[in-house]
Amino acid sequence: MAASADADKVDPIHQFAVNNLVEFGEFGGSTIAFTNSALFMVISVLSITAFLLLSTGSRGLVPGRMQSMAEMSYEFIAGMLRDAAGAEGMRFFPLVFSLFMFILFSNLLGMVPYFFTVTSHIFITAVLALLVFFTVIIYGIYKNGLGFLKLFVPGGVPGYILPLITLIEVISFFSRPLSHSVRLFANMLAGHITLKVIAGFIVSLSTLGFVGIVGAILPFLLTVALTALEILVAFLQAYVFAILTCLYLNDALHPSH
Amino acid sequence: MSNERKADSTAGASQSRDVDLEKRLDQLSQALEKEKDGLNGKTRAKTDSSGNALAMRLGSEFVAAVLVGAVLGWGLDKLAGTAPWGMVIFLLLGFAAGVRNVIRASTNSGLSGGRSDDQPGGER
Repeated sequence: MAASADADKVDPIHQFAVNNLVEFGEFGGSTIAFTNSALFMVISVLSITAFLLLSTGSRGLVPGRMQSMAEMSYEFIAGMLRDAAGAEGMRFFPLVFSLFMFILFSNLLGMVPYFFTVTSHIFITAVLALLVFFTVIIYGIYKNGLGFLKLFVPGGVPGYILPLITLIEVISFFSRPLSHSVRLFANMLAGHITLKVIAGFIVSLSTLGFVGIVGAILPFLLTVALTALEILVAFLQAYVFAILTCLYLNDALHPSH
Repeated sequence: MSNERKADSTAGASQSRDVDLEKRLDQLSQALEKEKDGLNGKTRAKTDSSGNALAMRLGSEFVAAVLVGAVLGWGLDKLAGTAPWGMVIFLLLGFAAGVRNVIRASTNSGLSGGRSDDQPGGER
């Protein structure tokens, strides 16, 4: 009886539910509200601000632990951007750094039990990816004019096959925001569901008496291992998102293939 | 007796202190340089070897292009009423774009952060 009740309670998707915390009223038939997703976005932005302000507050010539963490994150992104997009790319440093820190902190905050994972919703990641996508298009056209369209015309291709290649390049270009956003979203969603399901086994098994408790050791070890893996994935996906942003910005700066 | 000896040795050391200090500073900066190089190399190797991220990236690049091709074709069919040809052709084009994406992502190895298209006119 207790087992079935517990099994009913284990709902791996429930953690992604968006609830309205404060409702402001209606606009165009939909409710404008401050949701738990928005709350955790605010929390992650506040913790980034607090981390950077507090850690750089002392401004020691010899950095302390926190200050060297802040400096490391700066140099990490600056180096990545300079490698991928050259020195001119540094004008996009605020964008790339903000994206990296926001995604990293959202991912890591999502690892805290009972916290909401902002980046596990495709809506959020899609907006971030589209932000990069439109930045690339608008800045590319602003800087290079029609020369930006050279992005779709690779050099050294015979004329008779060029229309086909151009079409393929255009499709490839438009597939970017999709893969950019889906990758982050899918990684976070899948990771959190896996973690929840495996952890749910512990609860379900431990209600089966002694054998169940012994059997629950394996999923428990798995949960520990998966938590470590998920923290790695949280870093990795923030990194991948940032490096791809750098590569796409490089296309806006140097559109020739 | 022992005190005297100690004073003697410090006096001898103080003469060559400047030379000594310079030598040690040199050694230190060399060691730091080496450390820095080693560190960079290590981190790069680590990010390169994260096959999981690379696999995810290649997979999603491919699928995304096919999906975009399909959606473009479907939209064209809706607008121009050419069903099913738009979808058939654009699905194939999307497949080609996906392969192109994968080739680009794996040869450019964007995950290592290196800019392999540094040289002008370099094929990506």
